[in-house]
Order: sequence, then C-alpha cells, then structure tokens
Amino acid sequence: MSRPILEVRGLTMRFGGLLAVNGVELAVRDKQVVSMIGPNGAGKTTVFNCLTGFYQPTSGEILLDGEAIQGLPGHKIARKGVVRTFQNVRLFKDMTTVENLLVAQHRHLDTGLLSGLLKTRAFRKSERAAMDFAAHWLEQVNLTEVANRPAGTLAYGQQRRLEIARCMMTRPRILMLDEPAAGLNPKETEDLKALIGVLRDTHGVTVLLIEHDMKLVMSISDHIYVINQGCPLANGTPEQVRDNPDVIKAYLGEA
Amino acid sequence: MTRNLRTAFFSALLVIAVAVPVFGLKLTTVGIRIEVQGAEADTFWIIAACAVAMFVWQLFRTRLAAGWAASPSLPSVPAGAGNFLTLPSTQRYIIIALILVALVWPFYGSRGAVDIATLILIYVMLGLGLNIVVGLAGLLDLGYVGFYAVGAYTYALLSHYYGFGFWLSLPIAGAMAALFGFVLGFPVLRLRGDYLAIVTLGFGEIIRLLLRNMTELTGGPNGISGIDKPTLFGLSFDRRAAEGMQTFHEFFGVAYNSINKVIFLYLIALLLVLLTLFVINRLLRMPIGRAWEALREDEIACRALGMNPTVIKLSAFTIGATFAGFAGSFFAARQGLVSPESFTFIESAIILAIVVLGGMGSQLGVILAAIVMILLPELMREFSEYRMLMFGALMVLMMIWRPQGLLPMQRPHMELKQ
Repeated sequence: MSRPILEVRGLTMRFGGLLAVNGVELAVRDKQVVSMIGPNGAGKTTVFNCLTGFYQPTSGEILLDGEAIQGLPGHKIARKGVVRTFQNVRLFKDMTTVENLLVAQHRHLDTGLLSGLLKTRAFRKSERAAMDFAAHWLEQVNLTEVANRPAGTLAYGQQRRLEIARCMMTRPRILMLDEPAAGLNPKETEDLKALIGVLRDTHGVTVLLIEHDMKLVMSISDHIYVINQGCPLANGTPEQVRDNPDVIKAYLGEA
Repeated sequence: MTRNLRTAFFSALLVIAVAVPVFGLKLTTVGIRIEVQGAEADTFWIIAACAVAMFVWQLFRTRLAAGWAASPSLPSVPAGAGNFLTLPSTQRYIIIALILVALVWPFYGSRGAVDIATLILIYVMLGLGLNIVVGLAGLLDLGYVGFYAVGAYTYALLSHYYGFGFWLSLPIAGAMAALFGFVLGFPVLRLRGDYLAIVTLGFGEIIRLLLRNMTELTGGPNGISGIDKPTLFGLSFDRRAAEGMQTFHEFFGVAYNSINKVIFLYLIALLLVLLTLFVINRLLRMPIGRAWEALREDEIACRALGMNPTVIKLSAFTIGATFAGFAGSFFAARQGLVSPESFTFIESAIILAIVVLGGMGSQLGVILAAIVMILLPELMREFSEYRMLMFGALMVLMMIWRPQGLLPMQRPHMELKQ
C-alpha cells in the first residue's frame, strides 16, 4: 500500500442553517483512483470545492502530504498540484483548443515582460516547449485534428477530454474529476475509462472522482467513499461497497 | 386600423404636450421679475405641423415599413469583405499604410492640420492604453483619465521644481502612472463589473480633486504653466535659446520657422504611438495576453488552473496606466500648461467612447475612432454647443448598426502546425 497523499479529517461545511458536509473523512493514496459516490445533493461537489479552495470549510483538516491546505485560496492549492475539472465544462470557449492548453501552462512559462517584448531566445524556447507539450497531450486525448478550432465549437465529448488535458498542462499530482462521464455515450465513457487508467499508470497521477455511472466507478476505482446527506456512509473496495446494506438502502430506499 | 388611429392620435398629442411648454413659452426678464410670454405664431404653426406629421407617420408606419422592405435594398457589404477586414493580417497592412501617411503628413499639411493630428495621436495613445484594460482584460475602467493626469503632473512638477527635461521625465511619468495604477488597482480589483466601474470613476475624480486642492504643490485650479517644450538632443525649437542652450535653426543654419516646433511635437507623438502599437502587438502574443483573455472568459477556471486573478488583472491595469502616463507627460509638454480642468470625467468618457466605437480589442478600430471622435468636433466648430448631442446620437446609431464597433478585430490565434 502506498502512503496517503491527501488526508481529510472531519471536514464540515455549513451554509447558514444548512449543514452541507458533516465530518467527511478521506484518505487518498498515491497513484490510485479514488471515487466519491452518493445520491444527488449528498455534498460531493461541496467536498470538491472545499478541497480546491473555492469554499472555506467551516471546520476540519485537509492535509496534502502532511501539510495543511484548508483555507488557502484556489490558485495556491492548484499550484500545489491539486487541480480539478468542473461538473459543467468550463473551457475558454473563444480561444482555440491549443490555446486553452497554452493558457493552462501560464505558470511554467517565461512571463517576463522584457523577454517577451524583445522575443529573447529564452522566451522563444519557452513558447516552443509549451507548444510541444500541448501538442503531445492533444495527441493523448485524440484532439489533434481540432487543435486550431475555437473550443466552444467542439463536440461535448471532445470538450470533456480537452478539459482533462488542460488540467494535465499544470503537471498535477492529484486530478479531481467532477462527473466526467456525464453526458457521454457508452463508447466515449469507455475511452474516458482508458484515459483515467493511463493517467494513473503512465503519468503517476492520483485521481479523485465524483461519478454517477456505477459501471465506470466499480470497474476503475481502487477505493470508494460513499456520502449521503453530507455524512460519510461507507468506504472500502468496490466489492465491499457494493455489498454494503447501508449503501443499498441509501440508493434504493427502504425495502 | 382603430388601434393605429388611436396610437397616432396620442402620439400627436404627446408632441404638442411636450413641444408647447418647451418651445412655446418664453421666459423673459422684465426689470427684476421674470415673465412668461407666448412665443411667436410661427413657432406654434411649426409645432402643429410636427404634430400632424407625427399623426400621419404613426398611421401609415406599418405600410411604410412594408414598402421599405420590399424596395431593393442598398448594396450591403458582402460577408466575405467583413471577415477580410477583421483579419489581423489585413488590419496590419492598413495600420502600416496609415503610419506611412502619418509620416509624410506634417510636411504637406497646414500648421492647424498638424496640430489637430497631434491631438488625435494623443487620443490614439490613450485609446490604445485603455484598450488593454477594457478591451483585452475586460475591466471597465471609468477613471482612466486619472493616470493621464498623474503623467501630466509628474512632468509638470519635475520641470517646474527641478528643471527636468521632457525626455528624462517621460519614463518617470510612465513609472509614476504605473505606480498609481498598481496602488489603486490593488484594493479595487477585488470588485467586478459595475462595481469596479463605479470605484474607478471615484478614483479618477479623487486624483483630480487632489490636484485641485493641493494648492501649494500643484498651483490648485490655476495649474502649472511655463513647462519646458521637448528638445532634440538639447536643441530647442524656440526663437531664442535659454542660457547655455542652442536652438534648432541656429545649429542647422536655417531660418526660424515656428512650424518646425509643431512638426517636431507631432513626430514625438507619432513615435510614442508607434511604441505603444509595438508593445501591444507583442503583448497580444505573450502568455500574459493569453491570460488576460482567459480571465475575461472564465475567472473560476483560471483559478482552478493555478493562475492568480489579482496579479493578472493588476498587470493589465498597470500597463494600461503606464501608457496614460506617457500620453500625459507629452500632453503637458505640448500645452506648456496643466490644470485640473483638463482631466475631468468627460475625458475618460471620450477615451472610453473611442475604445467602444473602434471595436473592443482592435488597434486599427481605436485609431479610426480617435480620428472620428477628435476630428468631427474640430470640423464642426459652429455646432460646438451640440457636441454632446452628436456624441449621444453617434453612440445610439453605433449600438443599432454596429454594436461590435467600427472595425472589431479577430485576435491573432496561436496555431498548432500539423
């Protein structure tokens, strides 16, 4: 068993009188695919928003490699290697596919004002490297043909893949995917499953997944957490979770 | 038909109700009192004619509109041409042609024409600078004139108190404006959209009021006068040189001609505009230019990718302010006099109008819009009372026919070579 890279203890998020997340615990191990499932409105996306700094959790601890990151602003957490996609795709729609990938590398580029104005050798080299890296990932997610088209004109499945590729531009350690299979057809879901496998096995990325497609979740996850009405309900391997009576009750209702 | 008749009747009534009190009643002072008198009979006849015209127009409006649509329409611009004109490469050639015209202009134009051209160039620079903030980064800044004022007063104060020359003060003025942009931007850029616009509007006014009220330093409402004109490597363009200086006409052995000074100022302005154009062209193709666009489209996605929105916005604000600083110091040098009245809100509004009129983000559009906005009032001096009315009409017409601006630009895209 590899060591836990992300640990969450007693995470609680309260919006006024509404307790959206109550004492959620996670232990995400390095280079694994960990899924979070639960009925609609269970608080899964709220947990994501807390982990990525879009919400300030009311209480609880979030440890990345033993370092507390709760309460940091979103861009700082992203810089530590925790990058997410969104439930409703958030691409830069007027920019081309390849430009979406270039923007995401902003932090790794030569952004000096003078070097850019004078087009120095270092600047050109950095731009070329960015373009090569983007081209490499376009190949990986099979979007090379549409590289120069505005991202908003891509098909939905392509936009989903582009969003994942864009996250990979930031060289993340933990990739958090919020319902990546929503709206995909069975063939595209199959491709997505293969892609997530590649991310974990070839690129050594830890994947934290929110998903409703049980076939996908059960086939790819190393560990599953079940959340119901903001509270942790169960966790374990796919087999353990599948046979857990509490989980069945939460999903199917009282017999 | 009855509905049409009713609408027509009430429209005509409305014309009378509005026009009679406004035009038909005159206030005249009799001794110390003010008396209301009826206007001449002609006025009432004109109002009646207008009311009848309105009645007829409302009655037959739908039929007229149908007839208009059926008649062969004017030849419209073919779709291909519109696309061609907005391509970055086409616009680049047009800009190069404009620059060539601008280079020969002062040697053929009259003195007055060169002077107006210089004024236009100042507004081109301001428009291009504000275009970075509004057009590229999408931050509505209504206080841009504040940075223009900072640039102008920086040179004025340095010249007045320390005798600094124009060329030394120019970068200092740019840096001061940038500093103000940075310091003001820091608290302001947490806000978005309308709130940002309101606060920047306030900051612009604060700078003007400060300049107006710090009387010991800035001379208050009287401003600072006697600011040195720029020199050409130490050669002055005055008739007689100051102590220890040489004049241009003595050095080159030509007769003194006051137009030389005007042409020289024009060429400096042109140089500054060219510098601005170059910098903005590079910025568009740099990571920071892409980041501005990304931020304009989706701030949340930017944050999720580890980009700091505050820093990116601040960079746009600061760079935009720098160009206003350059323009300001040139303005001070050209006028030889600065006063707070040159930096009122209406200036901000004109600069913003240039950006919007030209087409957000488009450099060629900004240049053309600056020419239109500055030249029109100059050409129509007789109608100067109606200047604001004309601006308003222009804006309304633009919103109807070309809401995207005169010549919007397609951004230069980075291409992946297959």
